[in-house]
Amino acid sequence: MLTLLGVLVVIIGFALRLNALLVVTCAGIVTGLAGGLSLHDVIAAFGKAFTLNRYVAIVWMVLPVIGLLERSGLKERARDMISRIEAATTGRVLMAYLAIRQITAALGLTSLGGHPQMVRPLIAPMAEGIAESRFGDLPMPTRYLIRAHAAATDNIGVFFGEDIFIAIGSILLIRGFLAQSGINVEPTTLAKWSVPTAVSAFVIHSTRLAMLDRKLKRELSAPAGPSSPTHGLAPLPGEPGSAQ
Amino acid sequence: MIGLEAVYLLMGVMLAGIAIVNLLDRPDAKRYNKTMFWGIYAITFLLGTHLPDFVNGCLVIGMVLVSSIGGLGRGAAESATREERAASAKRWGNKLFVPALIIPAVTLLGTSTFKDIRIHGVALVDPAQVTVISLGLATVVALAVGMAMLRAPAAAPIQEARRLMDSVGWAAVLPQMLAALGALFALAGVGQVVSTLVNRWIPLDTAIVVVITYAVGMALFTIVMGNAFAAFPVMTAGIGLPLIVTRFGGDPAIMASIGMLSGYCGTLMTPMAANFNIVPAALLELPDENAVIKVQIPTGLILLVVNILLMYFLVFRY
Repeated sequence: MLTLLGVLVVIIGFALRLNALLVVTCAGIVTGLAGGLSLHDVIAAFGKAFTLNRYVAIVWMVLPVIGLLERSGLKERARDMISRIEAATTGRVLMAYLAIRQITAALGLTSLGGHPQMVRPLIAPMAEGIAESRFGDLPMPTRYLIRAHAAATDNIGVFFGEDIFIAIGSILLIRGFLAQSGINVEPTTLAKWSVPTAVSAFVIHSTRLAMLDRKLKRELSAPAGPSSPTHGLAPLPGEPGSAQ
Repeated sequence: MIGLEAVYLLMGVMLAGIAIVNLLDRPDAKRYNKTMFWGIYAITFLLGTHLPDFVNGCLVIGMVLVSSIGGLGRGAAESATREERAASAKRWGNKLFVPALIIPAVTLLGTSTFKDIRIHGVALVDPAQVTVISLGLATVVALAVGMAMLRAPAAAPIQEARRLMDSVGWAAVLPQMLAALGALFALAGVGQVVSTLVNRWIPLDTAIVVVITYAVGMALFTIVMGNAFAAFPVMTAGIGLPLIVTRFGGDPAIMASIGMLSGYCGTLMTPMAANFNIVPAALLELPDENAVIKVQIPTGLILLVVNILLMYFLVFRY
C-alpha cells in the first residue's frame, strides 16, 4: 500500500498546480523510498531512466528551422492561404486534418504530424486565421480555444489511427504480452479490431468540431450585429453549447 | 553505424547554444537561471551516456531546483515585427512551406529506407532507432534548405530556437521526467498493488461489470501513469485474461485491441501525458496549461463509453 504514496503525491501536486517537475521528482523519490530503495539508489534510478528516455526530447530539434520560418512569416502565410478558400471554416479545416492524421497514422506515417512540426507553425494558424477572416479580430479566449482544439485534433487523430497499422509499438506490445501468456494473435487481427473505435473517434470528434463552428458563429457574429443582422442567432441563455 | 548518440550530440549542441544566447541577453532578469537550466540539460545530452547514473540523477535534480525555486521567467519577445513578417510572407509565398514540409518528408523517407542500407554488412543506421534518427536528420536538412533559401544571419536559427524553447520552458523536460517516474513506479511494483486492490473491492461476477472494470481501469490507470502502455500489462494480467478471456470466454484479440484504445481515452484526459497535453499548451502559448485537456475530455469520455459498448457486444461474439 505504501507504494501508492507516490501516486498520491502526483494527484495532490497536480491538483494544487505546483511546478510539475518538482511534483514528479518528489513522487519518484517517495515511490522509491516506499519501495525500499536507498536515497542514493532512487537518485541513480531516476538518472538512469531520464538518460535512457532522452530520445523523447529529440522532437525539439525542429525548433531552429521552425523558428527561422516563423521569423520569415510562415504563420502569416498559412493564414493567408487558407482564408482564400471560400468553404473553409475552423471546424472544417480541423476535420480535414483529423481525417488526414488518422489515415496517415493508419498507414504507419505517425511522424507526419506533431505539435512542434505541424500544429504550431501550420494547423493552429490556419484554424485561427480562418476564424479571423470570417469574423474579424478575435478575442483572446477564442484564439486560445481554437489553438487548444488544433492541438487536441492532432492527438485524437494519431491516437485512434495508429493502431490500425500493424507494426506500431502498441500492437507489438499487445502481441508480445499475449504471447507470454500462451495466446498467439496475428497483428492484422489486432489492427482489424481497432477499426470500429477509429471510425467512432472520427464521428464523435467531427461532431464536436461542427459544434465548435456553431459556437464561433453564434458568439462572434452576433455582437458585430448591426451590419449583418441575418448572421447567426442570438445565443440562448444557458445553452450548453460551449462544449467544455 | 549512426546511432542515437550522434543525434544526442546535436541536441546537446543546440541546448548549449540556447544556454549561451540566454547568458548574453543582459536585460533578461532570469538569464542566469535559464542558462543553468538549459546548460545542465545540454550536459545530459552531451555526456549523459558516459556519466554514472547517480551523477545524472543529481543533474536532473539540479534542473528541477533551478526551475522550481529559481524560476525561468518569461520567454523572449518575437524577433521580427508583425509587419516585417507579413512583408516576408508576401515576398516568399508558398516557398515558405518547403523547409517545413521537408521535415516530415525526410523523416518518412529515412524511416522507410534506412533499415535496408548496409555498408560491408553493417547497418548504416541503428535499425532499432530509425525514426528518431530520421527525425534528427530531417531537422538538419530542413535547416540547411531554410538557411540557403532565406539567407538569414547565421545566428538566427539558434536565437529563434531559444525564443521558442524559452516559451515552452520547463514543460519541455516534463515528458522525459514522467518516463523516468514510470520506471520508478514499475521498480516499486505500483501495478501489482493496484490490480490487487481492484480484485478485492469490485464484485467481478457478471460479464458487463468485468468489461466496464477492464476498460475504465485501463483509462484510469493511464490517467495516473500518463501512458496506456504502462497500464496494459497490469490491467490485462489482473482482469482481462483471468476474467474476460478465461471465465467468460471472450476473444483475447478484441479485448486487447479495444482495451488499449480505452487506455488512449485516458491519455486524452491527463496532465501526466505531458508531451501530448501540457507541451502543446506551452507551445501554443495558452495561459491555461490544462486547456488542451479540457477540450479533449468530452471526446475522451464519449469514446470510452463507445469502447465499452463495442467490447461488450464484440468480445463474446467472435
